[in-house]
Amino acid sequence: MVCMELSGTPKKIVSARDLGIVACSRCSKAWPLGTQTCARCGHALVSRDPMSLQRVWAYWVMGLICYVPANLFPMLQTRTLFQVDESTIIGGAVELAHHGNLGIAAIIIFASVVIPLGKFWAVAFLALSVKNRSMVSKNMRQFLYEVVEYIGRWSMIDIFVVAILSSLVQLKALAAINPGTAAMFFALSVIFTMLSAQAFDSRLIWDVQAKDKSAGDGGAEINE
Amino acid sequence: MKDSVTTDSQLDLDKVIVCPQCDAVFQLVRPQHGERAKCQRCHKVLIAPRRNAGLHIIAVALSVLFLIIGAAIFPFLTIDAAGNKNAVSILDAALAFSGGPMIILSLATAALIILFPLFRVLLTLYVLVPVVLDRPPARHAIRAFRLSEAMRPWSMAEIFAIGCAVALVKVADLAHVGFGPAFWMFGILVVLVIAQDSFMCKWSVWNSLEHPKRS
Ligand SMILES: [Zn+2]
Ligand SMILES: [Zn+2]
Repeated sequence: MVCMELSGTPKKIVSARDLGIVACSRCSKAWPLGTQTCARCGHALVSRDPMSLQRVWAYWVMGLICYVPANLFPMLQTRTLFQVDESTIIGGAVELAHHGNLGIAAIIIFASVVIPLGKFWAVAFLALSVKNRSMVSKNMRQFLYEVVEYIGRWSMIDIFVVAILSSLVQLKALAAINPGTAAMFFALSVIFTMLSAQAFDSRLIWDVQAKDKSAGDGGAEINE
Repeated sequence: MKDSVTTDSQLDLDKVIVCPQCDAVFQLVRPQHGERAKCQRCHKVLIAPRRNAGLHIIAVALSVLFLIIGAAIFPFLTIDAAGNKNAVSILDAALAFSGGPMIILSLATAALIILFPLFRVLLTLYVLVPVVLDRPPARHAIRAFRLSEAMRPWSMAEIFAIGCAVALVKVADLAHVGFGPAFWMFGILVVLVIAQDSFMCKWSVWNSLEHPKRS
């Protein structure tokens, strides 16, 4: 492993904004602060996106709104010879557990309940922690953000299960499985929370939250 | 603060690397093949070059391309219960949501498990083949690489694979389920997709797109 350091003092790490540098958030090339667009990839350059948090919250709220009907409406409609069963996400997992498939029930509960709820909490916590001083260390919060970004996609698993089941189990009179309304809302909820996490600018975690004078540009003085 | 770099007003921006995650600035040290340069503040891997990474990625991308096409065409799973049979392909599974607004969900699923992975592979080949052959970058290579990176979180082949496992357990007591050739293709595909993402060093790709000669 090679450690990168600035001027041989590994203890003192300086932010690009304080050095009058803005890094492209897409290709990470460095430009002087004030440059409008990145000449390498064409992305607009912003040192800190002031709209970032608003977008985070907008998507967050949309995701939460969709998550409620996703749990109330049926996810799967199972029609067998004698009956029609409609099960919600949690109902389906409980049923699996009753049949002894504890492992699979756990996967479903984890992917469809624990991850989404954990994600709502984590994104809200991160967005709030940037505004107010937080007790939780920056490294901890960065780690939390990475976990949220990595794991959020896995909630999609339930949608894929529904898709596979409803295309596979089409056995005429014997049995048929069809997707329920909840699938739509659940997919939307996952997509919105992914967008919410992507909108969060993780550089905000690392900014010193004390009201320092060099908040503007130029940034020749760096107060520790 | 008497920091040698801050007093140096004429900072050479080509000799500097900024961590995209925490905005820390470091003097650029190009690591050797197989080494990794990490951000000291947030520990994000900034540069991770590998020997012949370009060739590896291209080889993997080509196999992924064939596997995606194969997996989409051949039967994927078959089900058999009391004489009723049904065989589905991955496309059938993706298009399972039919009727009214659910059709959007079908299209989204098809995009997530087939179109995005397929498109990413094509873009990767388009961007990397000229670079590896020491040719000037292809037209719009930068836009293509940008697009491919933007699609990364949305290509969900590996999640679909786990979804299969869960679905199989759910049907197991209802009917007998068999695996078609596409099932095994998809399994290999998932491993390759993960391998490909770990080979790719974004910094090196951007750098070679910008300075074609020096790669
Ligand atoms: Zn750029
Ligand atoms: Zn960093």
